[in-house]
Amino acid sequence: MKNILTTLALTTALVMPGAVMARDITLTGTLKTYGGQGAYLAVYVTNANGGYVGTVWVGGGKSKYFQHFTHWSRATGGNVGNAMTGASVGSGRTFQVTFNLADTLIDAGYQLRIDAAVENMRDAPSDIVIPLTSDNFGTANSGRRYVRSVFLQ
Amino acid sequence: MIRALHKYFGLVATVLLLVLALSGVALSLVPTWDKLTSPTLNESELTVGELAARIAVHYPEVEQIRRAPSGQITAYYYANDQPGAVVVDPATGAGVSDYEFSPIVRWLKDLHRSLLLGDGGRMAMGAAAAGLLLLTISGAFLIARRMGGWRKVFSPARGTLSNRLHVKTGRLSIIGLLLASLTAIYLVLGTFEIMPQKTARAPFPAAVSGEMGLAPADMQALAEVPVRELRSLIFPYADDPTDVFTLTTDSGEGYVDQGTGIMLAWDNASTLQQVTEFIYLLHTGEGAWFWGLVLGLMVLGAPVLAVTGLIMWVKARRARPSLPKGVPAQKADTIILVGSESGSTWGFAGTLMSGLIAKGHGVHAAPMSRFAPEKYSHAKQIIVLAATYGNGEPPASAKGFLDKLAALETAPTAKLAVLGFGDRQFPEYCAYAKDIETQAAEMNWKTLLPLDTVDQQSPQDFSRWGKALGEALGHELELAHVPVQPRTHGLKLVSRRDYGLEVQSPTSILRFALPRASLLNRLRGRGWKRFKAGDLLGIIPEGSNIARLYSLASGTQDGFVEICVRKHSHGLCSGQLFDLAIGDEISAFIRPNPAFAPAKNRKPVILIGAGTGVGPLAGFARANHKKRPMQLYFGIRHPESDYLYEDEIGQWQSEGKLSKVSIAASRLKQVDYVQHILQRDGANVAEQIKNGAQILVCGGRGMAGGVAEALHEILAPHGLTPAELKAQGRYLEDVY
Repeated sequence: MKNILTTLALTTALVMPGAVMARDITLTGTLKTYGGQGAYLAVYVTNANGGYVGTVWVGGGKSKYFQHFTHWSRATGGNVGNAMTGASVGSGRTFQVTFNLADTLIDAGYQLRIDAAVENMRDAPSDIVIPLTSDNFGTANSGRRYVRSVFLQ
Repeated sequence: MIRALHKYFGLVATVLLLVLALSGVALSLVPTWDKLTSPTLNESELTVGELAARIAVHYPEVEQIRRAPSGQITAYYYANDQPGAVVVDPATGAGVSDYEFSPIVRWLKDLHRSLLLGDGGRMAMGAAAAGLLLLTISGAFLIARRMGGWRKVFSPARGTLSNRLHVKTGRLSIIGLLLASLTAIYLVLGTFEIMPQKTARAPFPAAVSGEMGLAPADMQALAEVPVRELRSLIFPYADDPTDVFTLTTDSGEGYVDQGTGIMLAWDNASTLQQVTEFIYLLHTGEGAWFWGLVLGLMVLGAPVLAVTGLIMWVKARRARPSLPKGVPAQKADTIILVGSESGSTWGFAGTLMSGLIAKGHGVHAAPMSRFAPEKYSHAKQIIVLAATYGNGEPPASAKGFLDKLAALETAPTAKLAVLGFGDRQFPEYCAYAKDIETQAAEMNWKTLLPLDTVDQQSPQDFSRWGKALGEALGHELELAHVPVQPRTHGLKLVSRRDYGLEVQSPTSILRFALPRASLLNRLRGRGWKRFKAGDLLGIIPEGSNIARLYSLASGTQDGFVEICVRKHSHGLCSGQLFDLAIGDEISAFIRPNPAFAPAKNRKPVILIGAGTGVGPLAGFARANHKKRPMQLYFGIRHPESDYLYEDEIGQWQSEGKLSKVSIAASRLKQVDYVQHILQRDGANVAEQIKNGAQILVCGGRGMAGGVAEALHEILAPHGLTPAELKAQGRYLEDVY
């Protein structure tokens, strides 16, 4: 029951911002200078075990490369759905995404993950995992391969 | 139409295509480089499981193992949370060197695919590839047309250096360019998802065992796959029992349980995928390094084609003297039609056009081959400037004119004025122009002026005609034509041999050195033209504008320019030539004369000449490397005085280049002219002709006439006539 409510809350939050108790979150991400083509990124929310809940934002122009988001694409089948989309992010660049997050998802064990992939380089599923807790807001979290840091506010 | 397509696409796309081709050639070396620098797989039956085990020994936190088409195996891992990538040696699993996708190659690929400009750049390069395809196909048609048919496509190329390079390079590169452009278009369409692509991985298995910890070496699914088929193996996420191994091979993709080691789900590679991969292989050579090199070599022809094509275009534009800007045919009140062989008649057309435009006429000029009377709706007069080629044949730009004229039902309403250009030294003076006049009269085409002629490009003749034309049109018309001089080179005299002084026929064989031009000039068509015996050397003597033509006695292959000159008592040019000392220079140019040359087959050839006429005949003999039967009948005055080429002729006979030589001397007791020795040898001559022999005659008009009569008599009993042979192209004359 709780899960259904939460999923509903999230989808509603993404579709009808303001209808549910939610807040606007700005995600500022900076990539490492990995020295390669523009990185494709998939920003999504999972539960504590990594189970997929919903997509926030996918960056990258050609959908045929979305299969390189190994974890994300397994759950979604490559389908972006209603999530926001944008361009790929270059090496060392910063990107910003503003989205509406339902309050029920905070401090409830949910995580924000980013899958990253770069042409001719490794696929980096779950390059960064950020537990969605209130103390994580305003602090920098660092990633493994392509993502240097992510700032949630 | 095909030519216009080829020309315009070439001009527009040159820069893009140069970038595309050169970057492509550079990239074609990458597969070979990869092959050379990767450790080779020596155990052909090594399995993926075993390889993974070896790598895991050195890199416990290995994440992905990839095998490139070249065979290079890379492992991505984390060590203390630091990401790393190495090229591994499959024999040991140890890293050989750090892996980094070369930034230079990446930059080249980006340039090649998209000019470093993202999607817009990709579209531009895709368009360029399409343009290349069109150029290649149209180029193939043009070569076939130029060579005279698809079967002759591989015959030797002719023309200037640029022409020859263009044709030869085109022939070598065409397969590569076709394949490269076709595959490129397919790949670009794939990038923009116009062609279907594989967009998702195999569907994730519904149930996973949840066990962990099985070593890859013990996994059954991995033990069944040889490394040579491996593309990538992605390890499960650490401490995640629900994650699996993702295995991609040449045949498809699947997931392997990390606890049980069995294949949970498998997706075969679709036909579309395999086709796309094959096309990718064809284009890049990745995984087929040798093909990559071959393709790269062929594409390397593209810049050569671009540069030579550009030069040919510039030269063609310059060759036709620029005409003043006229009006479209439908609006013009005066149509000028030009039949020109060497381009000089176009110069006259330009002068005429300027004169008429200055008097307020709307003028349209076109080659005679584009005669289109239905378009000349406002024309009041049609002026035809027609040169004659050879023995009364239409010049190059007049092909098909007489046919079109004959096909007309009614004569055009505009009045006709024909002006013929020719040389009174030739018997068929302005014969083609006369043919036009005759045909027009038969059709009752009203004339503005009667047929007039211009001899040897004389500006005075032209201006006189211009006055008459002006009177007919009702106003003054001053035509002051300045002839365009052909480009001459300086030729230095290397040697001379003098004959015939005792018999009052001073004759000299003059040999000049081949002029050397720089490569740039040769490419621009300003070099010394290739020539062979039978072509003409145009010499411009000092104090005159008009060139005198001499038949060449040598070809480019021989390495020198040789002519036979007889001194005429009042001849300006021959006098100057006769006074030349070794080392002196003259100004000369080459005028091709392809009509006077032995046919390219093995049939016997009969050479008949007298005096200086032996020049080109000696040239033919000298060039007879294939040793086809050549017989020479040579008329001189006295064997001890003017027997030109006496030594060489003896040598050529012993080499087999001349099978038989007969001399007719007119100042000996027995007075012989060439026709006499011919008649005496009549049976042999007839026999040769029946075997398909060709006759080449060079000399004075009187001799030529006598020879023709003699041949008539010789052939009559066999039912042949010289006229028939002429029609077949087996009886050629170079007569002065």
